[in-house]
Amino acid sequence: MEKENGGMISPKLIGTLEGIFRNNAGLAKMLVGYIGKFYEKLRLEYGSFKIMDFCGTHEWTITHYGLRSLMPNGLELVAGPGCPVCVTPSYYIENALKLGFEGVVIYTYGDVFRLPSLRSVNGASSLAEAKALGADIRIVTGIADAIADAKAHGKKSIFLGIGFETVASGYAQTLISGLLPDNLKLMSLVKLTPPAMLKTVEMLAKEESAVKGIIAPGHVSTIIGAKAWKAVAEKLRIPVVVTGFEPIDVLIAIAEALKNLFKGEANVSIEYTRAVTWDGDLKAQEMIGKAFRVVEDIWMGIGLLSDSGLRISERYSFYDAFREYDIPEIAPENCQDDLPKGCKCAEIVIGKDKPTNCPLFMKKCKPSSPVGPCMVSLEGTCAIWARFGADGLADRIAEELDLR
Amino acid sequence: MKFVRLSHGSGGEETSELLSELLFSKVPDGLKKVSGGFGIDILDDGAVIPIGDSFLVVSTDSYTVNPPFFPGGNIGMLSAIGSINDVVVMGAKPIAGLDSVIVEEGFPLDELETILNSLVGVFQKEGVALIGGDFKVMPKGGIDRIVITTTVLGVAEKPIVDLPKEGDKLVITDHVGDHGAVIMMLQMGLSDAEELKSGMLRSDAKPLTPLLPAIKAYSEHINAARDITRGGLGGVLNDWARNSGGVLVIEGDLPIREPVKRYSEMLGIDPIYLASEGSALFSIRSEVAEDFLDTLKRQGFENARIIGEVRKSEKYRGYVLMKTVVGGFRVVEPPRGELVPRIC
Repeated sequence: MEKENGGMISPKLIGTLEGIFRNNAGLAKMLVGYIGKFYEKLRLEYGSFKIMDFCGTHEWTITHYGLRSLMPNGLELVAGPGCPVCVTPSYYIENALKLGFEGVVIYTYGDVFRLPSLRSVNGASSLAEAKALGADIRIVTGIADAIADAKAHGKKSIFLGIGFETVASGYAQTLISGLLPDNLKLMSLVKLTPPAMLKTVEMLAKEESAVKGIIAPGHVSTIIGAKAWKAVAEKLRIPVVVTGFEPIDVLIAIAEALKNLFKGEANVSIEYTRAVTWDGDLKAQEMIGKAFRVVEDIWMGIGLLSDSGLRISERYSFYDAFREYDIPEIAPENCQDDLPKGCKCAEIVIGKDKPTNCPLFMKKCKPSSPVGPCMVSLEGTCAIWARFGADGLADRIAEELDLR
Repeated sequence: MKFVRLSHGSGGEETSELLSELLFSKVPDGLKKVSGGFGIDILDDGAVIPIGDSFLVVSTDSYTVNPPFFPGGNIGMLSAIGSINDVVVMGAKPIAGLDSVIVEEGFPLDELETILNSLVGVFQKEGVALIGGDFKVMPKGGIDRIVITTTVLGVAEKPIVDLPKEGDKLVITDHVGDHGAVIMMLQMGLSDAEELKSGMLRSDAKPLTPLLPAIKAYSEHINAARDITRGGLGGVLNDWARNSGGVLVIEGDLPIREPVKRYSEMLGIDPIYLASEGSALFSIRSEVAEDFLDTLKRQGFENARIIGEVRKSEKYRGYVLMKTVVGGFRVVEPPRGELVPRIC
């Protein structure tokens, strides 16, 4: 890559890349034309239908760049369960709160820090509140920071590992290389994305407008490879496109999905070829396989899903916070009422409902005072909609002003 | 029990809500302004008091920026520039200022000297008299290092009280978000970033007094002017949309530096909400907008450009509509939450 100024990528190169994948109204217009043409043909067979994005970052791109306003009427882009913080049951946060009050140092990411728990523990309903009440909660940007800090103080500590496959390889590396100090345990709440995607689309199959194409996560697929989506495409008999995160990437992916649907090809294609391969990162996959075991896990809004979570394998169980602190896994029957009253996060994470249909959205539940998990994480659908005013309002204004 | 949160001080929705409830609603209407002028009856950069044929313009602000020293300046120059700029965008020539400094016990004396030198330096360079002030020290831990409040007075023949009109063009004088991006990066532990160390990215804090000739020449046509500080361009646009019925901005025309874009994206903050300390937005009649732009460019504002217009929507009043770089549309919401605390 073109570099100057001591290793910085040159602004010129970034400008060129942006000109291709972002500031490219001409190409966007052409793609929108394709999308309209394919949809026109598909409409006869399927009527209205949905394309689902999985990743919070894709939802950000779609909302931020106003891509919904470029879609033909009847083709809806919906967000799936791609926000790890949003699908983690409150039960685990409550256990972290308990440990925090027992004097264990808790390391967490910024969005988990603010995540409200359903039941309060010692008067605290989030790690942020526990901190205000005296628990030792520390925000870090990754496990490496927690390792350095925990080594320095030597106190009993846990790292709350919430995320998808992308964080798993880093955790696996620390486990296998023995980088964790004895006093720091990992509470692995890592979730695996393909099973959730499959289940979500199945759950929506009975809806009037079904999901007929999937915009699959780009970053996750750098690790697991596009091959991980093969079973999803085959079982659901719909096209899956592994996609990058710029607006042009997403438009290409939608056009590709519609083209494949029209041709009757329920396959996996890679739009994000500059980062993703069919096989993915084999070394990372091997490490994850060694450090973790695949378990049945509970997703808020979806329920129990087989083979959808990662817990530390027997071999590295010395570092397992679940074992160290004797935390039982959540019983499936206890995860039904895992949301505050009125909160529609469970329907929103699976794309069954929209934030604007939730009675709490932007009333009781705002980014500054979130009630449900979808408003907490920056990747949560509600938080994204709150920032960018989605749900067709922009289209309606543009229409009234004769701009469309 | 409810508490004051950092987001109450971010200059966004929460600040307006808190102030309306606790302050503005308690002041009787007749005392919200001086007769014939403007005060807290309108939300603008400063107050206007009629004196004979002209007007006295007054503006005050407290500065708590963290850290007090940053690439491109320090809290001293920032506090002088901030209040001077508030007066300038009211259409007034700043003539005098006052400062009030509160320092924490144990603050290094040489750093205080540097800060005050910068403050005095700005006033001196701008020919603004420093006519009064206050100085206090609080015990260690009673305040975080240093807080400075400045008040600046100016004189205007025709003050600009923001009333953007349908069809007006929106003209921005410079890049947006530089100051906010620098402070955000420092607060998030990115002070070693190459762009900061090399000086490629620094606070844009600078006096806007060079705008005064253009403001004077186009005073009949300027319907609103605002310096873009806390809440960023998104904050100003939302205020004006509420005021006028709606505005349209073209994303591709926004002047945002590449590193500002990149780092704010990385840190999950939209640069449209990041503060500038040396950029202003004008709402000006469309017939003269291009001429005004040329004038600005001739006077050294080479990054100035037209970014949109006032477009009233009857059905959906008060929204900022953005046409994105790929031709889609989205609404720019008013700033909310604690984006970057203690930015100025």
